[in-house]
Amino acid sequence: MLNQYETVFIMTPVLSDDQMKETVKKFENILTAKGAELVHQENWGLRKFEYPIQKKSSGFYHLIEFKAEGDVVKELELQYRRDERVLRYLTVSMDKHAIAYSEKRRNLKKEHTEE
Amino acid sequence: MATNNEIKYLTPIAVDIKKKKYCRFKKSGIKYIDYKDAEFLKKFVNEQGRILPRRLTGTSLKYQKKVAQAVKRARHLALLPFVTDNLKSNN
Repeated sequence: MLNQYETVFIMTPVLSDDQMKETVKKFENILTAKGAELVHQENWGLRKFEYPIQKKSSGFYHLIEFKAEGDVVKELELQYRRDERVLRYLTVSMDKHAIAYSEKRRNLKKEHTEE
Repeated sequence: MATNNEIKYLTPIAVDIKKKKYCRFKKSGIKYIDYKDAEFLKKFVNEQGRILPRRLTGTSLKYQKKVAQAVKRARHLALLPFVTDNLKSNN
């Protein structure tokens, strides 16, 4: 049974725009290669940290929601650790309340953009 | 001597009236506390960035655990500070 996961990762601000996109692409490919189904993605762009991480005070945040088997997460996090552009990551499994919440948020956002 | 004592207590000492605390999550029917929504989590964190205890916020145990976990996740992602001096007043 495919569980639903939500992963947020922070990239170093030093990256140029296309380097940032390329890292995001890389992780997308890792997921799709392992048979995960990407549900939703959000790019929060450059955001200031509340406390410095590795001597940096801001970073690119990116969120990916995907459905996958359990072992895909281990592989994904291994790649995160290897990639030095990623400062920090957090992968969370989503229960039914979380899934309902994120769907509601997405529809809400769509309505905003349409207005 | 005794007279001015009485004057002092002319007005009844304001014992804080026991406000019936309620769990705002049960009341408003919120089921999931999003760790990405820092603004919302700031309501459960005091000036120094520490999690408020249940006896002040009145939330039930089930939701207090969810709040605590969400705050810790937000701190991990640097959306919330671990410790700061004026969290709410500066922005």
